[in-house]
Amino acid sequence: MNFNKIYALGLRHLYLILNSFPRVLDLIYWPTVQIFLWGFISKFFTLNSEYYNNTVGIILTAAILYDFLFRASISFNMMFLEEIWSRNFTNLFIAPIRIREIIAALTLTAILRTLIGLIPAVLIAVPLFGVSILKLGLPLIFLLLGLYLFGVTLGLLVASGLLRYGPSFENVAWASLFLLAPLGCIYYPIEILPYSLQFIAKGLPLVHIFEEMRSILINNSVDYINIIKSISISVVYFIFGVIVFYFSYFGAKKRGTLINMGE
Amino acid sequence: MFIQIKNLSKVYNKFLAVDKISFEINKNKTLGLLGPNGCGKTTTIGMILGLVAPSNGEIIIENKNINKFKRHEILFRFNFASPYVELPKKLTVKQNLEIYGRLYGVHDLNKRISEISSDLDIKKFFERKTGELSSGQKNRVSLAKSLINKPEILLLDEPTASLDPDIGDFVRSYIDEYKSKNKVTILLASHNMNEVERLCDSVIMMKKGKILDRGTCKNLIIKHGRDNLEDTFLKLARSKDEFQ
Repeated sequence: MNFNKIYALGLRHLYLILNSFPRVLDLIYWPTVQIFLWGFISKFFTLNSEYYNNTVGIILTAAILYDFLFRASISFNMMFLEEIWSRNFTNLFIAPIRIREIIAALTLTAILRTLIGLIPAVLIAVPLFGVSILKLGLPLIFLLLGLYLFGVTLGLLVASGLLRYGPSFENVAWASLFLLAPLGCIYYPIEILPYSLQFIAKGLPLVHIFEEMRSILINNSVDYINIIKSISISVVYFIFGVIVFYFSYFGAKKRGTLINMGE
Repeated sequence: MFIQIKNLSKVYNKFLAVDKISFEINKNKTLGLLGPNGCGKTTTIGMILGLVAPSNGEIIIENKNINKFKRHEILFRFNFASPYVELPKKLTVKQNLEIYGRLYGVHDLNKRISEISSDLDIKKFFERKTGELSSGQKNRVSLAKSLINKPEILLLDEPTASLDPDIGDFVRSYIDEYKSKNKVTILLASHNMNEVERLCDSVIMMKKGKILDRGTCKNLIIKHGRDNLEDTFLKLARSKDEFQ
């Protein structure tokens, strides 16, 4: 790994953000709207639900964590799409940069975009709704790590689809996370799902992450085994995502799509 | 030979885009790649750049198969410019050159950027976003990017397409001057026959994925009994037979 090249590619996306105030605004806007929406829903539920009435902010915390996953994935996708939209694909893939350095650069830069969007929203949640995700304590770092790895994995899979099917795969980029959200048990316990879907859901890291989040907030107990399980599943998916990306890259070379990838 | 292409083929599904072509380029020489649209020029360039996997054949650089090099090691020695490939539009000219300079590991980058931007007269729009530039300006920036690493092998795909005669001449003059001052081997795909005559030491003519003929511009014109390269091109492009 050459960190100068990873830095160079990261810089390309940092400049893109810094050059455009509307772009920064766009990054901040959606997470903030989400926090407002779920903040009010959360407030309503805590006042009217027996399940949530002792634990203010479970839904809002879940919304923040889910948005973190969503932003991580979308950030990765957006940076990859940006190369296609700007017709810079050929220049990027003929530069002396390894594929793993491209993946590393997009993975590391995605966190920046994610945090730019999410930090203001997280800060707003404290005075407005009295909810701070820091209440999750040290496990928060591990929960975010699991979510981030899974978000980037989804980004990698969508990027692989873009390499395989071209820019028309873009719509899947937006839909991919909504597809998994019902199985992720973000706002409800896994028991709500039919048994057959529970089986599938347990194969996703999301269930373990959000179950753990609820357990910490409701019972004040941390099950590190569950956290390790969620991170391990995320790592397995991430490795799978990297392999799929490499396959798509070599497939794109065979089909010759790298040379004409554009809007 | 510096670059040797041996029996290179590319098949997309069942379409034969490039059909067992072989040619060589001597070190620090310029080879023109001519042919009608869809004849396989861009696919050939794509295979040399590692963007397209050949179906068959070999690409040899300094007696070593390109597959024996690590991807990032060999690409360090290459660069490419084409009006059909753009730089990030929302980044300024300076930012784009900085990023590509870093990706190519250019030493003393600021000096190199300053040098190349003076040569190509792009300093005056250094701080403007690349997407806001005119075609001629974008073209010069793209050329600056392609020379940022002082490549040993430069691939140019229609470098002056869609440029007005004045800017086109500026770019051609610059490439000509750059060639004389630097050690660079160039593969130039172009539809501009004046450009080819001016810049290329020899040319190959392609049609339907095959090489129809090759030689110096002068020899080809004489061989085919025409007055200029344009007429020679038309004769070959409209021919039904193979000439080799």
